[in-house]
Amino acid sequence: MTDNKKDSDKKIDEFSGVETTGHDWDGIEELNNPMPRWWLWIFYITIIWSIGFWVVYPAWPTISGNTKGMFGYTQAKALKKSQEEITARQKIYLDRFEKASFEEILKDDELYAFAMAGGKAFFKDNCATCHGTGADGAKGYPNLNDDDWLWGGTLPAIYETIKYGARSDHDDTRIGDMPAFGVDEMLEPEEIESVADYVLSLSGSNEHKVDVTKGQVIFAEQCAMCHGEDARGSYDFGAPNLADKIWLYGGSSEDVIESIYNGRAGTMPAWEGRLDENTIRELSIYLHQLGGGQ
Amino acid sequence: MSLLDKHKVIERRSFLLLGLTIVVILIGGLVEIVPLFRSETVIEPVEGVRPYTPLELAGQNIYIRENCVVCHSQQIRPLRDEVVRYGHYSLAAESMYDHPFLWGSKRTGPDLARVGGKYSDEWHVGHLIEPRDLVPESIMPSYGFLMKKGARLHDLDKHLKTLRLIGVPYTDEMIENAVKDATVQAVGEERGDIDGLVARYGERVNARDFDGQPDLVSEMDALIAYLQVLGTFVDFKAAKNVEEGAQ
Repeated sequence: MTDNKKDSDKKIDEFSGVETTGHDWDGIEELNNPMPRWWLWIFYITIIWSIGFWVVYPAWPTISGNTKGMFGYTQAKALKKSQEEITARQKIYLDRFEKASFEEILKDDELYAFAMAGGKAFFKDNCATCHGTGADGAKGYPNLNDDDWLWGGTLPAIYETIKYGARSDHDDTRIGDMPAFGVDEMLEPEEIESVADYVLSLSGSNEHKVDVTKGQVIFAEQCAMCHGEDARGSYDFGAPNLADKIWLYGGSSEDVIESIYNGRAGTMPAWEGRLDENTIRELSIYLHQLGGGQ
Repeated sequence: MSLLDKHKVIERRSFLLLGLTIVVILIGGLVEIVPLFRSETVIEPVEGVRPYTPLELAGQNIYIRENCVVCHSQQIRPLRDEVVRYGHYSLAAESMYDHPFLWGSKRTGPDLARVGGKYSDEWHVGHLIEPRDLVPESIMPSYGFLMKKGARLHDLDKHLKTLRLIGVPYTDEMIENAVKDATVQAVGEERGDIDGLVARYGERVNARDFDGQPDLVSEMDALIAYLQVLGTFVDFKAAKNVEEGAQ
């Protein structure tokens, strides 16, 4: 303890008149300025403040859980409160919306506007990922702006498709099977080509002027059951209209042959459970008005 | 004599300093560790949470390897906007078998805590191969290579065993059948015998060919199996009482 100094040994820096720490590094000494008072006080106040937090909010772990705080605050409660607030604000519309049928909503300007605003927001959050931000679809994901529907474009039909999905894991899902005619050897490759030629000729894209009578016969035997004699499709099986120029999986000869060869089974998840009843109804109305509603 | 000068007494006696340092670290350790022994008091008693199947675990490993957690969180906070967008807020119970936790802290892409079942397998395949095909504004990298490589399945039994060491309730039977279960889950009901898998992991286990390549259990299969189960364990219609209990 040789370097233990008494107060009288304090070294004072000559230039500034401030006490130094007493350490000397090659002639460089460190001034021992005290912390500014204001800083110290704020530091002490934050310590005292934290004690207040312990009392007011849940803080310390205990044997049976944790201290609950004066007001029993939990994030779940705070969420519930903020949700109650928004439901209260929506209540003037929501109460009527819940009871109104689709027809009544379409006639009521206020409810219609309410449904559209909600539907638009929920579409962006949930549907746009597959159907596109503008609902114009992508390969394998239907365009919702046109009037070409797989499972029907009436309000109840749209509602049902959203709620139960298509080929989803819901018990009430919409189901339709497009067989893999090639993979399962139901048709010979040449026959598939003939059918493809015939199908394409229906929408006027028979560039090669091939004879489609053979394809027509096969179509009547194999495809008409779901797609209809006139190839205009069926909502019951989700069988698309093949006589128009709207193609879900591409309208080139190769695309159509691929569809027939491998079959197609696009999936739409069921939204019941994930979205509540009102939201599904709002979405139905939003989609219905996009242009193709029947 | 100021407080600082008293501190000199400690600083100049190295054994005293060592002893007191240990005491401080012990206090800190107790505060952090002791509550973990009573973690069941903060994990909600919900039903349905099960350990991941071997294939889902293989998928989780890919998720970790590709560092998805950097851009995707897996925690829905109890805030109104998040609950409206992503669904019910995440419960502690839902990640109790996650080792490591993949909660994340940054959302460059959306939260994935409840992505299971939200999109079709087909969508996931297409989106992982080229995200911009489906979401034109996406900046997510392409992961098409996952289609080409077989998933790492051969040592999954060891993986399960290790997880059991740290408290995940895998049974001997699960460990024994790990590799088989992983393969069967990616093959599905039509071409494989899923009875054992269902018996071990429950009715709701997703067993199907996820990536559309029936003859290969690819990394894509594993990753999609994992993504499709995220957030689907708890049936929230039946778990209303949990929310009441949380108050």
